[in-house]
Amino acid sequence: MEIVTAEGLRRRFGRTQALDGLDLAVPAGTVFGLLGPNGAGKTTAVRALATLTALDGGRATVAGFDVARRPAEVRRRIRLTGQHAALDETLTGRENLYLFGRLFHLGRADARRRATELLERFDLAAAADRPVRTYSGGMRRRLDLISSLIVPPAVLFLDEPTTGLDPRSRNEIWDTIRELVTQGATVLLTTQYLEEADRLAQHIAVVDHGRVIASGSPGELKAALGGRIDVVVRTATDLGTAGGALNAMTGATPEIDRDRLRLSVPFSAQSTTLPGVVRGLETAGVEPVDVAVRLPSLDEVFLTLTGEPGRTPEAVR
Amino acid sequence: MTTIRHGLGDGAMIVHRNLLQLRHSPGAIAGAVMFPLAFVVLFGYVFGSAIPVGQGANYREYLMPGLFVMGIVMGVTASMIEVAGDTGLGVMDRLRSMPIARSAVPFGQTGSDLIVATATLVLMAATGLLVGWRAHNGIAATAAAFGLLLLLQYAMSWIAIYLGTLVKNKETAAKLGPLTMPLTMISNVFVPIDGMPAVLRFLAEWNPVSAAVTACRELFGNPGVPTGDATWPLAHPVLATLAWCAFILAVFVPLSIRRFARPY
Ligand SMILES: Nc1ncnc2c1ncn2[C@@H]1O[C@H](COP(=O)(O)OP(=O)(O)OP(=O)(O)O)[C@@H](O)[C@H]1O
Ligand SMILES: [Mg+2]
Repeated sequence: MEIVTAEGLRRRFGRTQALDGLDLAVPAGTVFGLLGPNGAGKTTAVRALATLTALDGGRATVAGFDVARRPAEVRRRIRLTGQHAALDETLTGRENLYLFGRLFHLGRADARRRATELLERFDLAAAADRPVRTYSGGMRRRLDLISSLIVPPAVLFLDEPTTGLDPRSRNEIWDTIRELVTQGATVLLTTQYLEEADRLAQHIAVVDHGRVIASGSPGELKAALGGRIDVVVRTATDLGTAGGALNAMTGATPEIDRDRLRLSVPFSAQSTTLPGVVRGLETAGVEPVDVAVRLPSLDEVFLTLTGEPGRTPEAVR
Repeated sequence: MTTIRHGLGDGAMIVHRNLLQLRHSPGAIAGAVMFPLAFVVLFGYVFGSAIPVGQGANYREYLMPGLFVMGIVMGVTASMIEVAGDTGLGVMDRLRSMPIARSAVPFGQTGSDLIVATATLVLMAATGLLVGWRAHNGIAATAAAFGLLLLLQYAMSWIAIYLGTLVKNKETAAKLGPLTMPLTMISNVFVPIDGMPAVLRFLAEWNPVSAAVTACRELFGNPGVPTGDATWPLAHPVLATLAWCAFILAVFVPLSIRRFARPY
């Protein structure tokens, strides 16, 4: 059953077509990843689904309720943690949570208890009574996320929940998201990292220029996109030899990073295996320092899907 | 029934939130206290020594109604900055995505503004009493004057939150603040209108600030109420002020509520 649907969403800001016929279908009880570069329209899509941004065209529903016609019903079932922490800077973490709890119509005692509970669970107890303006970026993000969990929602929208976090905080947020889903929630998150979508999501939609350009399970997408093999060699002369060998094995021209003595080629699991690559390199007389299979970066995904490199924030402007 | 109860409860929580914020900002409180005091003392004595207001009238008696209104106009900037800050940080968006009454945020915001303004007004009146200002027309007229001031404040506060959500940024909002200067300067707050050049005089006569100030002077029994052939708003200042407030509320209450209730 689809708990969030979007059909042909369109929205224009001045001369920017932020959403250009975006379609989504998010099955209930799953994590759905909206993957795309800066300016792809991720935030606009999430805000439209959360009843904040008006649409020029298309139709969206949450839990069967039309976002434009029944916003109150939609709001009752969703929480939004936006791209930037939306907290009262002058208030303490505890006060922020307490007030949000009260606005979710918890009683005084319940709101207080829930705030304490969440602050303890998310490692913020020590900072609970300090104004948020003294928090680190990671602490803010965590507080921002748990503000959405005071009364657990049916659908949680997370706009780039881990951007700018250290690996430990990121893992904590990932764990929280997984746990929410085991409790029956649906999570729609946006991200610029294929790795994040791969680790968390059961479904991924790749967005560019306001529309979905590829979608499927991480497995399907990876099969379609292929992974990358990175090889690090010992000397500059090895670069040439290894490049030839990799080309022969995969049929693709390796990208070469001369400073780091690293080569990188796309690879698909059907035709090549990791041990095969190592043997092939050794046969060619190269002893690699390191061979690793990794997911393509978002840039490489875009290169594969659109034939043009992913846009960097500078290029958007 | 529960809808109304929730609506009021949500609004009360927003008031609670804003007052909590204030408690955490001793600077803002100090400012709110110092400003009116400094105003009364500075303007009362600096201008008071130079500006003749006629018939040997006491300048501070003339000035106080003007300062009450000026305090209100300046409060508008403060509340616009606050709302713009919340909007920029996304706090308003979070509130808009929550299942709370659609009008809770604007009513809560204007409600807490009203509480702060009342406190400021009391403080200012107390300072005024210390420097020789008096209300001469009895309790009913005095209460009416303060009632009118609070109504004006409430109406202005709706303009402030609407503009705050449009500006979306504390710094920009702060830069817009000085734009309220002409509103208080091209009026009868500090000097009688009669001496102004024709164009300024016309603007001052139709300035809602002038109407409100004249209404207060009339109700408090302070000098500076025009006699004889004044333009309509100054000849009927109480009515004119009420009309201005009604107009502002009629325009900005729906606009602001829309801003919180509808996607944009
Ligand atoms: N309020 C707005 N006014 C004008 N343009 C906007 C507005 N909101 C978004 N845009 C434009 O719409 C496009 C999509 O923006 P959006 O924020 O949805 O992208 P995004 O995928 O979230 O990007 P990022 O990864 O940088 O957060 C961008 O070109 C952006 O500049
Ligand atoms: Mg974004």
